[in-house]
Amino acid sequence: MSVATLPAESTPASERVARAQAVARKRWLRTRWGLSAPALIIITLFGILPLMIMVIYSFLEAGEYGGVVWNFSTDAYVSFLFQRDIFDGTLSFSPDYLVIYLRSIILAFATTVICLVLGFPTAYFMATRPPARRQLWVFLITIPFWSNLLVRTLAVMLIIRDEGIVNDVLLWLGVIDKPIVMLFTNFAVMLGLLYSFLPFMVLPLYASLEKMDFRLVEAGFDLYATRGKVLRRIIIPLAKPGIVAGCLLVFIPAIGAYVTPLILGGGKHLMIGALIALQFGSSRNWPLGSAQALILMAGVLIALLFYVRSTTGKAQAFHG
Amino acid sequence: MNLRLLGLAGAAALVMTATSAMAAGGELHIYNWGNYTNPKLIEKFQKETGIKVTLDNYDSNETMLAKVRAGGTGYDIVVPSDYTVKIMIEEGMLAETHPNQMPNFKNVKPQFIDIYWDKGRNYTVPWQFGTTAFGVNTAKYKGDIDTYAILFDPPDSLKGRINMLDDEMSVIHAAERYLGVPRCGSDPANLKKVNDLLQKAKPYWRTISYDTEPKMTSGDVDVTQDWNGDSRRIRLQVPTVKYAYPKEGIEGWMDNVAVLKDAPNMENAKAFQNFVMDPENAALISEFASYGNGITGSDKFMPADFANSPEIKAPPGSPTPEFVPPCSKEVLEIYNKIWTNLRK
Amino acid sequence: MADATLTDVPISTVSKGRPRKALDLRYQPGFGTIAVCCLVLLYAPILVLTIFSFSSGPSITRWSGFGLNWYVAALHNAGFHAAALNTLKITITATIVSTLVATAAALATTRTRRWPGQTASFIVINLPLMVPEIITAVASLSFFALLASVAHVNLGLGNLMLVHTVFCIPFAYMPIRARLEDMDLTLEQAAADLYATPWKAFRRVTLPLLMPGISAGAALAFIVSFDDFTITQLVAGPGQTTLPLFIWDRTRLPLTPEVNAMSTILLGISIVFVTVSFLIARRRRA
Repeated sequence: MSVATLPAESTPASERVARAQAVARKRWLRTRWGLSAPALIIITLFGILPLMIMVIYSFLEAGEYGGVVWNFSTDAYVSFLFQRDIFDGTLSFSPDYLVIYLRSIILAFATTVICLVLGFPTAYFMATRPPARRQLWVFLITIPFWSNLLVRTLAVMLIIRDEGIVNDVLLWLGVIDKPIVMLFTNFAVMLGLLYSFLPFMVLPLYASLEKMDFRLVEAGFDLYATRGKVLRRIIIPLAKPGIVAGCLLVFIPAIGAYVTPLILGGGKHLMIGALIALQFGSSRNWPLGSAQALILMAGVLIALLFYVRSTTGKAQAFHG
Repeated sequence: MNLRLLGLAGAAALVMTATSAMAAGGELHIYNWGNYTNPKLIEKFQKETGIKVTLDNYDSNETMLAKVRAGGTGYDIVVPSDYTVKIMIEEGMLAETHPNQMPNFKNVKPQFIDIYWDKGRNYTVPWQFGTTAFGVNTAKYKGDIDTYAILFDPPDSLKGRINMLDDEMSVIHAAERYLGVPRCGSDPANLKKVNDLLQKAKPYWRTISYDTEPKMTSGDVDVTQDWNGDSRRIRLQVPTVKYAYPKEGIEGWMDNVAVLKDAPNMENAKAFQNFVMDPENAALISEFASYGNGITGSDKFMPADFANSPEIKAPPGSPTPEFVPPCSKEVLEIYNKIWTNLRK
Repeated sequence: MADATLTDVPISTVSKGRPRKALDLRYQPGFGTIAVCCLVLLYAPILVLTIFSFSSGPSITRWSGFGLNWYVAALHNAGFHAAALNTLKITITATIVSTLVATAAALATTRTRRWPGQTASFIVINLPLMVPEIITAVASLSFFALLASVAHVNLGLGNLMLVHTVFCIPFAYMPIRARLEDMDLTLEQAAADLYATPWKAFRRVTLPLLMPGISAGAALAFIVSFDDFTITQLVAGPGQTTLPLFIWDRTRLPLTPEVNAMSTILLGISIVFVTVSFLIARRRRA
């Protein structure tokens, strides 16, 4: 419903129409706000307010033994990029934290891509099962996560360690003669992340794909398209909302992942999650931890904004 | 449902909970390290005093510190390590319960009374103590293990087979001992030496993690930095593992029972502190997590093979354990830099 | 919708000279294999951990004979019961509330023209997703402590339920939104044409269409809340230990197959629950 442009001279009739339209629009807006209110209120109260505390912390001084001292200071942000040399005290650019950030981002990105490559076919397969079986598949994907993350990760370790199941089988078969080192490498971390986040890609994709009618029997006939072309040109663009949702739900948590990379990666290389946790732990530098987190969030926010702009504003007819 | 009936049921429930709390002698809320409290100890305490005990766990001093600092935790007893006790006393988080005036105080070993974190024991009571060094699987290396060179300049058969603790202080202090420079020293030249040593040694390490036990028992590593009790438990599964007593010095630590200033059950907490100083109870604490304690006379209540194991009773000639106070903020900043540099 | 345009296309036999067989898009080569591979990936560690729960010895890395002793130990473990109960209470509440709230929010922010505050709403709704866990943990801890000391409000387990709900909302929201976007509006408009009220149209038309998205969102919210460790560790008060905390705490002493037994018990419960709900759904449809 578009707000009518009033003719040059407004008649009583057109005025009534305009007023009715304005009232309807107000009601429409109220519905929008009303529906989103519960989410907004809960998150504002219990998500944003606590976050404000962290923003404030990032501009304070670190306490002697942890915690913060109420003096304004931008030390946290400065020390993110610059560090003082221990001999002469001069500030110099230090890429330490950037290296850690970059590694986490690359790993998270790789995980997202692999999740997508594996998850799309899986979701497609699930969405094309007979309707009665689809819900079963959703459960099948979800059930493994009813166990505990730590125990699952330990089981993964058991499978890929040097004397683990995979190596034992391969050695026994004679395929290899020395165990393949898989544990405590980047591979192990990605495997762990893939394991944890696969449902986060599959389920949104499934939700998006499931609404498609796959009995497009005549699809692409006149175009002499092959199966692959139909997939590429028609189905994937239609599944875009699911793809983007899945990628966001995998990439963002994967950047800040803490437990899985710690256990499977061996700890020789820090990821962002562990780095920030360290600041609240033995490094006793809460302002720095807060600043690091906020810098991370700023980057992610930009990506999210991009997503919002590209998917909203599609003017469609709606229920009046 | 009949409203009156509901009200009666509610009142009855209220009365029941109130009387049960009163009749049982009150409650005690303990916040301790995970898997660190002998259930038999709690049972004994509950039976002797009628106090109902709840037990929750934390996995690091810093987690506990963050919660206590935020306030209003509802816990009565916490069990901080030595340096954390000093921090908590200085920040006014602990109640001055004067264990030195309690009846069982006479059992405390003299060397644990005037320690740096609680001189004269006005706040805390010893729980357990131990040392931090490393364990070596002697099946893989037969030479002398009593030196930090094993960690920082290992023989070829151990290169790439070492696990270090994911603990800034333990690793850096060990490096300082190996180099012969003071702990928490602020001399930039020394700190640079530490940084260089750690960078040089990093390729020899396989992992940096607290998960020492599964790594040794499954053969992922052959050497691990760990605590004495840990090493003893590993030895029980892998008999060729030996705990080292490095000649350059060994780190000591002690966990202590402290009462929070805002503890809701102050008297019960004090009763628990006194309870823990009894030799028989101290023995219960020790044998559960496999560490020594600071109470005299507890040896005769412990199984002989435990009390005499080389991890608990240090061989003669080994260095005295050194308890290290927390470093100053300036030094810690540099430590953090070294640690991040190492882990990036 | 795609098929609206494609079904009017006449069958052409000109260029290829003979009629082509119908293209059944439900089948894509290799997709089934990949789906099965994913299942294998997900279930292999589960199988391993289940097998080791039957190992009678104390090691979780070396098999030592068959035995049910760890199941006995787990079932008698009072701490395990308490932790499991806490976890279920928190997770179920968080899942239900966050899914309801997320559904409403998705309806409000999708398939519409721009309304003022839409982008901001979207950002706010997804804020918990962006915040690193440790930050949420410390921030929530400070917040609840402040609440307790200044306003004397302590909700007990409710604190944890609230925090869990907050970070579950984005995980429930995204699949529902993905489902809703580009969803066929003609059905709802048809309902309107048939004089259905907006609420009735929603209940009878939109909601059933949205169901797969809602169940996907609920499933994700459940997973996220069930396994949460970092945030729960800092916000939990006395007696509020949850399963992840409980199991993690046991890692100080050597992990025994008892944790495997506990996990398998949980898996067993979930499989029973799934089977029951599946049978009920089948009954209802028949």
